[in-house]
Amino acid sequence: MTVARFWRKIPHRYNLIGTRCTTCGEHYFPPRQMCPTCRREGKIEDHKFRGNGEVVTYTVIHTAAKGYEMQAPYNLAIIKLDEGPSLTGQVICRQDEMEIGMRVRSVFRKLGEESNKGMIYYGTKFIPE
Amino acid sequence: MKVGIVSYGAYVPRYRIKLEEIAAVWGDDAQSIISGLKVKEKSVPDLDEDAITIAVEAARNAVNRGNIDASRLGAIYCGSESHPYAVKPTSTIVAAAIGAVPNLTAADFEFACKAGTAAIQACMGLVGAGMIDIGLAIGSDVSQGAPGDALEYTAAAGGAAYIIGSSDLAAVIEDTFSFTTDTPDFWRREGMPYPEHGGRFTGEPGYFKHVTFAASGLMDKLGTKPSDYDHAVFHQPNGKFPQNVARTLGFTPEQIKTGMVVPRLGNTYSGSCMIGLAAILDQAVEGDRIFMTAFGSGAGSDAFSITVTDRIEEIRDAGPKVEELLENPIYMDYASYAKHKGKIKV
Ligand SMILES: [Zn+2]
Repeated sequence: MTVARFWRKIPHRYNLIGTRCTTCGEHYFPPRQMCPTCRREGKIEDHKFRGNGEVVTYTVIHTAAKGYEMQAPYNLAIIKLDEGPSLTGQVICRQDEMEIGMRVRSVFRKLGEESNKGMIYYGTKFIPE
Repeated sequence: MKVGIVSYGAYVPRYRIKLEEIAAVWGDDAQSIISGLKVKEKSVPDLDEDAITIAVEAARNAVNRGNIDASRLGAIYCGSESHPYAVKPTSTIVAAAIGAVPNLTAADFEFACKAGTAAIQACMGLVGAGMIDIGLAIGSDVSQGAPGDALEYTAAAGGAAYIIGSSDLAAVIEDTFSFTTDTPDFWRREGMPYPEHGGRFTGEPGYFKHVTFAASGLMDKLGTKPSDYDHAVFHQPNGKFPQNVARTLGFTPEQIKTGMVVPRLGNTYSGSCMIGLAAILDQAVEGDRIFMTAFGSGAGSDAFSITVTDRIEEIRDAGPKVEELLENPIYMDYASYAKHKGKIKV
């Protein structure tokens, strides 16, 4: 990932800032600028998600990508936020604590780093609620 | 104008290592170390935690506890001796992560273990001068001791954040007083991973001299005495130093009990006495007077005289208490600890 690409995504990586269509009430994460249901009738505004949700499904990553080696093994899950949208995120807990349907909440953690002289990426992960 | 604490928040990582576990690796006598330091276990950051993530969690706890609109923050100052970047301020990342950007001033502070209290003083000044509405002062560290060094027994991770303002105060800061000298008791050169210290030299001319002068300086200035305070908290590099300095100054063991977090937490450096103060605010009642003195090697001390207001009851339960952050730890062995502290590289 380039520094510029990460930087543009800071609001939604740090604070789960997505969008919401005020016409139909649907929430979007990652943010959408056009409501697929309401189209031109849709009114989109920023929405900060509370960060609470539940695990829909998960997998344990044993062979981590470059920059994440020290964190392996870790739990990667699809989390359905209480407001509706789902996202992929890391859940920090022991593997035997992981289960489908478990409640989680967001925390601020290091996502990775390019190298010991590169940029450090911060953002949202989840822990058991 | 009265200036004080509008809200506060603390954060401690979930992991702990017992001092016995460290002593076993180095062949030291665990019981003599535990009774000498008066520390039983210390916190360890998770693999993805550093001084920035700890500062953010503490700051979010402070913002949520006080139900603060983060855009009101006119200043954010982060004190740490373990800022992840040498150049690129921790405070900018905290500001973004709590939604305080962009209309504010921000900077990182460094002064060994008292950088966070220096940040409180800076916020008090800006608020008192009417330059800002409210400011955020943070002390946060993931401190490092070289493997096998005495510091490894106590160097821990944690932080606390204080929102300083002039209205809706949960506690009034009546005054602050500092004592600063050029004393080479402890240092870390740029680019070096672990600090160096002057061994026995750190105690008497460092900690004891500075804490004593700052504390008595503040009491002289205010015309107060130790018995006027319900609680006292001093920088906690171990459990022994604050006990001894409290006794020398005339504070009782009962007065320092509530804020004494080091036996189960270790030395959180910039977080140390700010987490101790949070533990006191978690339990204090209206009218309670609190005496706090931080110490940073190099060296200097900042003393504060604080009085709790009735608003403490309104905000206290809206955030995690220090006791809750200390309970249910996950204990680790030395091998996992070394991985967490980055002492083995892959
Ligand atoms: Zn819509």
